[in-house]
Amino acid sequence: MNISLPWAAMARLVGRRLLFAAPILLVVTFGVFAIAAASPFDPVKAYAGTAALGADADTLARLRENLGVDRPFTSRWWHWVTAAVTGDLGHSSVMRQPVSQVIGERLAWSTLLCAVAFAVAVSAGTVLGVLAARRPGSLLDRAVTSLAYSLEAAPVFWLALLVVWLFALRLGVLPAGGLTDTASEQVSAAQVVRHLVLPAGVLAVSQLPWFTLYVRQGVGDALVEDPVRGARARGVSERTVLLGHALRSGLLPVLTLVGSRVPELITGALLVESVFSWPGIAAATVQAATAVDFPLLAALTTLATAAVLAGNLLADLLYGLFDPRVTFDDM
Amino acid sequence: MTCDPATTAEPAWRSHGTERRSTRAVRVRVCVVLVAATVLAVLLVPPLVRLDQQAVDLSSRLLPPSRSHPFGTDDLGRDLLLRCVYGLRVSLLVGVAAALTATVIGTAVGATAGALGGWADRGLMRVVDTFSSVPHLLMGIFIVAMFRPGVWPVIVSVALTHWLSTARIVRAEVLSLRARPYIDAAVSGGASRWRVTVRHLLPAVLPQAALAAVLMVPHAMWHESALSFLGLGLPTHLASLGNLIQAARGSLLAGQWWPTLFPGLLIIVPTLAVAGLAGAWRERINPRRRSELML
Repeated sequence: MNISLPWAAMARLVGRRLLFAAPILLVVTFGVFAIAAASPFDPVKAYAGTAALGADADTLARLRENLGVDRPFTSRWWHWVTAAVTGDLGHSSVMRQPVSQVIGERLAWSTLLCAVAFAVAVSAGTVLGVLAARRPGSLLDRAVTSLAYSLEAAPVFWLALLVVWLFALRLGVLPAGGLTDTASEQVSAAQVVRHLVLPAGVLAVSQLPWFTLYVRQGVGDALVEDPVRGARARGVSERTVLLGHALRSGLLPVLTLVGSRVPELITGALLVESVFSWPGIAAATVQAATAVDFPLLAALTTLATAAVLAGNLLADLLYGLFDPRVTFDDM
Repeated sequence: MTCDPATTAEPAWRSHGTERRSTRAVRVRVCVVLVAATVLAVLLVPPLVRLDQQAVDLSSRLLPPSRSHPFGTDDLGRDLLLRCVYGLRVSLLVGVAAALTATVIGTAVGATAGALGGWADRGLMRVVDTFSSVPHLLMGIFIVAMFRPGVWPVIVSVALTHWLSTARIVRAEVLSLRARPYIDAAVSGGASRWRVTVRHLLPAVLPQAALAAVLMVPHAMWHESALSFLGLGLPTHLASLGNLIQAARGSLLAGQWWPTLFPGLLIIVPTLAVAGLAGAWRERINPRRRSELML
C-alpha cells in the first residue's frame, strides 16, 4: 500500500507551531526569571556559598557586579536568552559543569527511560483495554477497570518504593537503583537493561491506567456502532471485528492524545528517576531544586516546556494523519 | 422513574443494566462512607483521642502491624496509625487550601474572560495555554525551590498549577450562559456588565466550580505529597503523608514495608472515593455521558 503523506501541509503546520512556540518559550523563561527576582533567593550568596558569610561588603558588591545581579532582572533575562540561543546556558553549581554539558550527558538516559516506559504502557494498555471492552461488565472488565482506577490514584513514588522493596529486597532479583552495579567501571548494555527494568516498569504502570481506560472507552463505543454491527451481520469473524473494526476506530482518539501526555510523563520521570537514582535530567532537576541551582533549573524548565510543545505538535500531526476528516491547514 | 443511563444505552451495555445499577448504588454508598470516615477521622481524632502522635517509645521500634498497633510502629516507636491520621490531616488541609485558592483564581480568570470576550478573552486564554505548557510538578518544584520549602510556598505552587482547568470550565460555562434569554433580559433591563457577571453569571457557574474544587482536593494532596517526598514540600515537623513516606525510606531499605505502605494507602482511598462520587454525580446530572472517565 502506498500512502503519500501531505508533506507540504505538515511542514506548514510545523512552521506555524514553531512561530507560536517561540513566544511561549520566551514568556516561560521570562516568568522563570521574574519568579526568581521576586523570591528571597540571592545569586551572590548561592555563588559564593559559605565564603559569603565572612566576606566584606566590598567583595560582595564586586561579585554582585560581576554576576550582573545589580542589573534589573529583565536585562539579565535578555542576556540569558541571547546566550542560550548560542548554546551557552550558564554554569551549574551543583553539578560543577556547564549546564549544556549536564543536559547533553543526561538527556539520552531520560529519553531511553521514557521511551521504553511509554512503549510498554501503550502496548499493554491496548491489550488490556481491548480485553476489557470486549465484554463490558464482565469480571475481567471490572477487574481491569478497578485496577486502572486504583493505579491512577496511587502516587508513583510510593509504587516505586514498594517495587524496590519487593523485587530488590525481598526477592533480590533486580537492582534497586542506579545505572550500573556499583563495582563496575564502564556502562555495559546488559547492566543497563537489568537496571532499566524496575524504573521503566514503574513509569509504564503509572501511564498505563489512563491509556487502558481510554482504549476501553473507545473500543467499547465503537463496538456498538453501525460499522461493527454491519460487519457482524456479514459474518465477519469476531477477531476481525474486534481488531480490524473496533480497535481501529477506537484507537484513533487515543493515538492523538498520546502527544499530550508529555507533561504527565515528565512528572512521572521526575519522581521515578529520584527514587531509582537514574542519572537522567529529571533527577538532575530535583537535585538542582534542592540546591537552588538557578541556571540548571531555568534551563531544565525551558527544556521541559519545549518537550510539552513538541508533544502537542506530535498530537496534532497524528490527528491530521490518522483522521481523514481533518486537514492540516484547518489546524 | 428517572431515565437510567444504563438501560437507555445501546444493547451491548443493556444486558448488564440491572446489575450495573445495583452495583453503582453500592459503590456510591461505599464512597460516601469512605469520604465521611476520612473527614471524621481527620476532624475528630486529634481533639478527642488523647494520644501523642510524637510519643517516642524506643522499646517498640519498627513493630509490624498488630492488634495494639494496627499500622505498626515507625523507627522511633511511634504508632503509625496515629501518625497517618495526623499526616492525612496536614495533607488534607493543605489540599483544601490549595484547591480553594486555585478555584478562586480559576473562577475569576474564567469569568473575566467569558464575560468580557474579545481581546481580553483571547489574551487570558493565551495565559492559560502558556501556564499549561509547563509540567505542573516541575513548576511546583521551581517555585518551592526559589521560595524555600514551607507551608505557603507549597500551597501557592499547587494553587498556581491547578487553576487552569477551572478557568477553562468556568469560561466555557459563562460563554454558553451568555446566549441565554435571561441574560438578554438583564442586559436590556439596563444591568451593567459588572452586575450581569456578578448577579447572573457567577451564581449559575458556581456549582460547576464547586465540583471542580472538590475534584481538585485529591489532586492537590497528591501534588503536596510528591513535593514533600522530594524534600521540597512541608517542613518535617508538619508530617504530611508525603513526609511520612519520605521518612520511611530508611526503614524500607532495611526491609520494613509498613511505614511506607499505609501512608500511600491513605492517599489512594480518599482519591478513589472522591472520584467515584464525582463520577456518580456526573452520571446523574448528565445521563448521556454514560461512563465518562474521571481522570
